[in-house]
Amino acid sequence: MTYTYEQAVIEFDPVMGIEVHVELNTATKMFCGCANEFGAEPNTRVCPVCLGLPGSMPVPNEKAIESAIRLGLALGCKVRDSSRFARKNYFYPDLAKNYQISQYDEPTNYDGELEVVLNDGSSVMIGIERAHMEEDAGKNTHVGGTGGIQGSDYSLVDYNRGGVPLVEIVTKPIEGMGERAAEVARAYVATIRDMVRALGISDGRMEQGSVRADINLSLRPRAEDQASVPFGKRSETKNVNSLRAIEAAIHYEAARQAELLAAGEAVVQETRHWHEDTKSTTSGRSKEEAEDYRYFPEPDMLPVEPDPAWVEELRATIPEHPAKRRARLQDEWGFTDLEMRDVVNADAVALIESTIAEGASSQGARKWWMGELARIANERQSTLEELEVTPADVAELESLIDAGTINDTLARQALAGALAGEGSPASVVKSRGLEVVSDDSALEDAVDTALAAQPDVLQKIQDGKVQAAGAIVGAVMKATRGQADAGRVREIILARAGVEG
Amino acid sequence: MTQTVKASGVVTSTATEMAADLASGERTSVEITQAHLDRIHEVDTDVHAFLYVNDEEALETAASVDEDRAAGKDLPALAGVPIALKDVMVTRGMPTTAGSRILEKWIPQYDATAVRRVRDARMPILGKTNMDEFAMGSSTEHSGYGTTHNPWDLDRIPGGSGGGSAASLAAFEAPLAVGSDTGGSIRQPASVTGTVGVKPTYGGVSRYGVIALASSLDQLGPCGRTVEDAAMLHEVIGGHDPADATSIDAPVPGVVEAARHGRANGVKGLTIAVVKELGGEGYQDGVRDRFEEGVEALRAAGATVTEVSCPSFEYALAAYYLILPSEASSNLAKFDAVRFGMRIEKETVEKTMSATRAAGFGDEVKRRIILGTYALSAGYYDAYYGSAQKVRTLIQRDFADAFAKADVLVSPTCPTTPFRIGEKLEDPLSMYLQDIATIPANLAGIPGMSLPSGLAGEENLPAGFQILAPAHEDARLYRVGAALEAALASAGQVPLTRHLAGAES
Repeated sequence: MTYTYEQAVIEFDPVMGIEVHVELNTATKMFCGCANEFGAEPNTRVCPVCLGLPGSMPVPNEKAIESAIRLGLALGCKVRDSSRFARKNYFYPDLAKNYQISQYDEPTNYDGELEVVLNDGSSVMIGIERAHMEEDAGKNTHVGGTGGIQGSDYSLVDYNRGGVPLVEIVTKPIEGMGERAAEVARAYVATIRDMVRALGISDGRMEQGSVRADINLSLRPRAEDQASVPFGKRSETKNVNSLRAIEAAIHYEAARQAELLAAGEAVVQETRHWHEDTKSTTSGRSKEEAEDYRYFPEPDMLPVEPDPAWVEELRATIPEHPAKRRARLQDEWGFTDLEMRDVVNADAVALIESTIAEGASSQGARKWWMGELARIANERQSTLEELEVTPADVAELESLIDAGTINDTLARQALAGALAGEGSPASVVKSRGLEVVSDDSALEDAVDTALAAQPDVLQKIQDGKVQAAGAIVGAVMKATRGQADAGRVREIILARAGVEG
Repeated sequence: MTQTVKASGVVTSTATEMAADLASGERTSVEITQAHLDRIHEVDTDVHAFLYVNDEEALETAASVDEDRAAGKDLPALAGVPIALKDVMVTRGMPTTAGSRILEKWIPQYDATAVRRVRDARMPILGKTNMDEFAMGSSTEHSGYGTTHNPWDLDRIPGGSGGGSAASLAAFEAPLAVGSDTGGSIRQPASVTGTVGVKPTYGGVSRYGVIALASSLDQLGPCGRTVEDAAMLHEVIGGHDPADATSIDAPVPGVVEAARHGRANGVKGLTIAVVKELGGEGYQDGVRDRFEEGVEALRAAGATVTEVSCPSFEYALAAYYLILPSEASSNLAKFDAVRFGMRIEKETVEKTMSATRAAGFGDEVKRRIILGTYALSAGYYDAYYGSAQKVRTLIQRDFADAFAKADVLVSPTCPTTPFRIGEKLEDPLSMYLQDIATIPANLAGIPGMSLPSGLAGEENLPAGFQILAPAHEDARLYRVGAALEAALASAGQVPLTRHLAGAES
């Protein structure tokens, strides 16, 4: 392509519409009692309802409705006194009933607004059209042949995901963002992800598909009175599953459409698929020939009519806006932008906050969570949250170091013990006998033994190669299983050599 | 010459009598159940009420009830009394077809709530009864498995869609049956077979496990040969079910008590209104005569009789034939060859779905799927589905106004006595008119009962009397129904099925 994103959005005005699907983390599915779990053996989390067997009927999950309303409130939406489920009719093998229970003209949450903070600290308001409830479909796997539904040898369907509760958040048209369109889209989805995590209603894991975005983008000619220019034809890029991909997809689509428009060709209104490998989109089915979903009110369920008092109770549970909370905490903790970004990316904000609440210093909390514990989590391919170490443990660890009971090396051993289920760091220190050896006579003996084993070291130090002392420090630490105070050991060595430290 | 199916012996007792005989030790459940199974094997070749006969399991249930009774254990009121189930309810381990070839040989992995309640009541299940495919029809001629014949005249239809259940009662193959009523599928078959059928208030009996035709209209209900028998069964299958989100969250109304009260004390103090629009033109003379005699009998039993007008009923049939196909087109989408039922393998899943649905569904089902798909389509929704919903609201208002003036409304159940098999097959509209008097109750969600009013016409065939009550007032149907039944019985007009029992033959 000859156009770049930057050129495209200078020459044309980009307009976006973003649909974000959030998978709720309720214990059970939207309309039945099956476990809502990711990664189970295929077709083991199914029942007559989510398999759409004849005669089965849906019963709405109250917890999912609660989560959806809380999300709506966090997005500044109005909550409808009476909303309805509707059937969206289309045939597809992963859709057990061949209709999806969703919401149509009477969504539970509508007309909201979300503040999105950009990298430079400025913020934009994104209008929310609606946030409605629906059920997820199962998952098709096409085997052999072209790998598509029409060209494969056969297809397998896993209905475990079928009926998992979703909230779909639809924005109003996002206009006037110009060259920041891609950044805004990314920041918007990131905010939604952080928000659902803060609400505790979803894992918010884009890589597992628990937050996924469809990006609608169109371009229109630049004009003095931009708002008076009608929207151009849009493409809808489906299932863009990482923040980086959202930006990249918008970059690609803007350039592609600009190139067509500049050449006097028309943009086709269609669904497009994002390809992570080539960083490009390809045409899916055209919207022109798209199905008519024949929505109608779901007759198997009554309208959703939440008690207004309950909605107010839920409103009181809405957490602080994630961006504002981060800014406040960064300020309180005195972290640099880089430090804070690392903490956020490691999903450690809440852990550090709790650790500080348990009495640790902000830098101490950061050091352990982002250092040793991050390394171990990485090794185990788990999250920090999943480690068998609590914020209280980390705070205790820091207080042991501050008191001089242990040093960093011993602290790592105490952590290892705690991770192995041996108890809190203090009890591990006790049971493993990890206290720092600060008794000089014991250390002097150890230094002398080490020096005797490496007789040339003393001479080297005396010749000015002070760093040679490191070998002896290492030997002493090894002999004392790390329990020696390394600084004191060094002093003793230098004293033996008769040089100043 | 008319060929009628007649019976004698234990099978001609009412369910209430059977329950009493079981309780007193007069008879065993095995004896009663075996008698019904014998009866089925004797006459069902002619009647074809059953799609599946559950001999072995029925006898096992019967034996276990007899054993528990002998051991002095407490048993539910109808324990040991056998029952037939319309094939629209899923039954674990028993084939369930809803009258459709597309479900041939499908064995459900679970029980409908009503089926579970029947099992909990320890009633031996005799089998599954025939019906129009997916309950679409008024004659069983649209069953994928052949037509059921009316025991009164084997050349005539037994009504539909629940013709199998109604015929099984009239032929004394079963003393009780569970049916489903979307626009009259319990009441019209009851009318044309001389039996009793009740459509409870919408949500009164769980729909969980009932293969859906039109979810906002479907309702399971009891079928029997007497009002009290129906009441006994109503209390077994009714009541709140958390698995059906539209189920009424209240205890089952005391319908047995209401039936006994009505039979003993009549209907003094009640106002009964004849619905002007449900009679007159299009109703067979004899059917009208029997209906008017029924109204007079109620007056004699103490009721005040008046007339009400429900002007919107004129549009009920039209609204019904938009709402029902719309919902059905969606409900029947799941029959796609992917997870269960018939599969005609083709090279792609789309072609497999199309070929299976083309082969598995009958003409009437296809007709209604096409109608419903059209009515819900973009650009037509407001004019069709939207308008139909408005008519529905108007009909509910008509009922509200009428019930402000009367405790119950009455009409003939069906405009005619049973017609001949094949007579209306090529004329869907005239078939649809069979349900003209029953449909308004489904659109409004109110309860309705049909009970025999007598024999009508030169052919001496059954006619039905319909009673309608406000939502949640199912007990009123039973009080009025039992009073009418008692009055007509003393006049020698009912029970109609006695004409088919040995005593009369």
